[in-house]
Amino acid sequence: MFGRAKAGFPGGLALPGHKLYGEAGRTRAAPLPDELVFPLGQHVGQAATPVVQVGDRVRRGDLLAAAEGFVSAAIHASTSGEIRAIEERPIPHASGLSALCIVLAADGEDRGREAPLWTPQADWQDLPREELLACIRQAGIVGLGGAAFPAAVKLNPKDTAHVGTLILNGAECEPYISCDGAAMLEDAPAIVAGARLLAYLIRAREVQIAIEDHNPSALEAMRAAAKDSGDRAVKVVPVPSRYPQGGERQLIQTLTGREVPSEGLPIDIGIVVHNVATAAAIWRAVTAAEPLTERIVTVTGSGVRAPANLRVRIGTPIRTLIEACGGYSEAGVQRLLLGGPMMGVALADDALPIVKGSNCILVGGSEDLAPPVEPMPCIRCGDCVSVCPAGLLPQQLYWHARAKEFDKTQTLNLFDCIECGCCAQVCPSDIPLVQYYRYAKTEIRLAEQEKIKADQARARHEFRQQRLEREKREKEEARRRKREQLAAKQAAQKAKAEAEAAAASADNPAPAGAKEPAQAEQTPPAVAAAQARARRQQAAARDEDQS
Amino acid sequence: MAVQSSPWLRRPRGVPAVMGHVLLALLPGTAVAVWVWGPGLLLNLALVALGALATEALLLRWRGRPLQRHLFDGSALLTAILLGLSLPPWLPWWQPLLGGAFAIAIGKQLFGGLGYNPFNPAMLGYVMLLISVPVSMTQWPQAGLGWGALPLGYIAGDVPAATLDGLTGATPLDAVRSGLTQQRTLGEMLPGTPLTPALWLAAAWALGGAWLLFQRVISWRIPVAMLAGIALPALIASAIDPDRFAGVGFHWLYGASIFGALFIATDPVSGSTTPRGRLIFGFGVGLLTWIIRSFGGYPDGVAFAVLLMNIAVPLIDAHTPTRVYGTGKAQTPRP
Repeated sequence: MFGRAKAGFPGGLALPGHKLYGEAGRTRAAPLPDELVFPLGQHVGQAATPVVQVGDRVRRGDLLAAAEGFVSAAIHASTSGEIRAIEERPIPHASGLSALCIVLAADGEDRGREAPLWTPQADWQDLPREELLACIRQAGIVGLGGAAFPAAVKLNPKDTAHVGTLILNGAECEPYISCDGAAMLEDAPAIVAGARLLAYLIRAREVQIAIEDHNPSALEAMRAAAKDSGDRAVKVVPVPSRYPQGGERQLIQTLTGREVPSEGLPIDIGIVVHNVATAAAIWRAVTAAEPLTERIVTVTGSGVRAPANLRVRIGTPIRTLIEACGGYSEAGVQRLLLGGPMMGVALADDALPIVKGSNCILVGGSEDLAPPVEPMPCIRCGDCVSVCPAGLLPQQLYWHARAKEFDKTQTLNLFDCIECGCCAQVCPSDIPLVQYYRYAKTEIRLAEQEKIKADQARARHEFRQQRLEREKREKEEARRRKREQLAAKQAAQKAKAEAEAAAASADNPAPAGAKEPAQAEQTPPAVAAAQARARRQQAAARDEDQS
Repeated sequence: MAVQSSPWLRRPRGVPAVMGHVLLALLPGTAVAVWVWGPGLLLNLALVALGALATEALLLRWRGRPLQRHLFDGSALLTAILLGLSLPPWLPWWQPLLGGAFAIAIGKQLFGGLGYNPFNPAMLGYVMLLISVPVSMTQWPQAGLGWGALPLGYIAGDVPAATLDGLTGATPLDAVRSGLTQQRTLGEMLPGTPLTPALWLAAAWALGGAWLLFQRVISWRIPVAMLAGIALPALIASAIDPDRFAGVGFHWLYGASIFGALFIATDPVSGSTTPRGRLIFGFGVGLLTWIIRSFGGYPDGVAFAVLLMNIAVPLIDAHTPTRVYGTGKAQTPRP
């Protein structure tokens, strides 16, 4: 059983780290592959739009695909070469699906651009926010912690008036992952400088850089860098090593004692959280006009011979990294995971490319990971309740998700589940709880989309019905009016004709008299009376005329 | 459902390990109980286990469930041991056998097997026997009578009743209750009640319970709440009328209070799962135990109290939600 240290948030787990910290975590550059693949949708939001064509020659830093739409990120060539294809390729995603990718054949020369894409801004403090944000946006920077949310969007809240705190998340809580630790060890000055730039952007009054207390080398490096910066608003804060300490909401709770409202964002309580490596990337984007073309990836697990932190060009196939780490070990590979063992996704094969959000490749052997097991029935032990950092009732959520009682899962705050996996990790019955929650969430979202579609369809249908009825009514109205007009015209003609006839009958009464009884038979009495009245009037008028 | 999603790490312990911890934790108490009541208890345990496991195997086969996986998950054996420890030793052989079979068939498998039973199966088996064969279920050998005092022939049912009366007696709880109906006061009766075996038993059960708490197999909530549920009314009533109502110490030490609080009421399947719900559940079990002991006609109240509170579990769980992150508590204002 795992111990339960005080962490600043309820629940959670003390997991064995398996981290490459300290000197073991120092990075080296991964080799350049022959072919790089850039999925156009490797960030949250709208996929980028290609601006190159097959056969184009590009250099490192050239724009491959532009961000169109507010939430999107540009993609740049991470080495020089020729665009080989723009086609569907398998992407590193839980779904295992294919999506549109730009395929770059590297020429091995790795030439950079002669002129930067935008002007480097050394004196960023003199610049307006919009210009700095434009740099970050142009550089295609996304959250490097794994979420891959476009950084420029997160740094551009509607209202910065109430932002109090910028938190830089260096609490790499998930076992095996150590890329942020490596970044802090080697790149501390850039991270601190980036933090100050970010604080300036969002008008934050203080910066807290959170690092797990099990990572002393990073703590030391960052403390030194913070001191060197001379900025007393930047604080390096050790936080207890406890999973999921690096969860945005949990970290906020640990550092401030406050909670992000359910269904809300940190900005709602005046806090913005960024990953440490993102801060360094932003710093370089602004001051050196470097687009995001490289990141640190941890390649680890018992399935790989020499685990290491590698500096990897975006688009490099995973296989290249594993080869750079000595290849697969004899221990055998149980699963290839993108991300850590608590929240990572299983990949189908090692040909998939590293994307901006890829923090770790865990080559899991049987030492690291559980073999697939058949779950037992839930025995209601409640262990899941005591480890849930969100304060949920995982057992009841599972019960209702399994029964497809999705309304009840929502009453139990299903959407406050952060999918950290603590509940499933302690489940003695090996129930894949998180899988049930993802399933329930997907079903609910689908149902909501269906409902919106159905509502729109119903609205359309009703509108059409109304329109048809209105048209019908209008047509009838027109027809009626026409009929009336016609009737009036006919009546007038008839009256005229009769008047003429009457005038004629004065000369020759017999035919008119012969005709009248026949007409009287057909004509209703009131009409007949009216006709008679009309005739009398006409006769009177005529008498007057004649008189 | 095959696992297609995270987490991927090895799990610390499975259901068989959980059951194994509880069985292990029962050892000291079982040893003391055998010392107090003689080897008849071991025979009970064996017979109940035989009845329970045979029934489990039969019904699993019948229901087309993986036999090996479930038969050896430890849950049926644990039910059997808990029931066996609750029975007076030297019962006619078919009674523990029937009890074990009933606990598993009616108490567990008919509801869907492990994890689906609303009632504590061991207590269901116990109550069935108590209602069906009340005479033998209330005959306990006098504590400390020791080994071999009762002839093996007894379990075959051919011992004259007169011999039995000389060898068996009521439990302290029973003796006190019948004494009260004969207008005797507690002040007269309590000094004659044997204390040493009860103390040893309580200590041994507590030792096992401490192991379960340390291993986090059980949480402190149900045991503490149950003992509080017994203590609170006992405290009030004994203060008002000490001649008719026994004090906290008596209620905690005699009968199945400690054993029930640590091993019976903590059954996860049939108990409450929410933290606050467990406090309510445990307190309810304790309170009902005290009520049944004080005003009812049965030797102890724990079994009925547990079953009655089992019925209330869905309601308790539904009304004791946890506070979810970012909800409820007023959020601190923006700085």
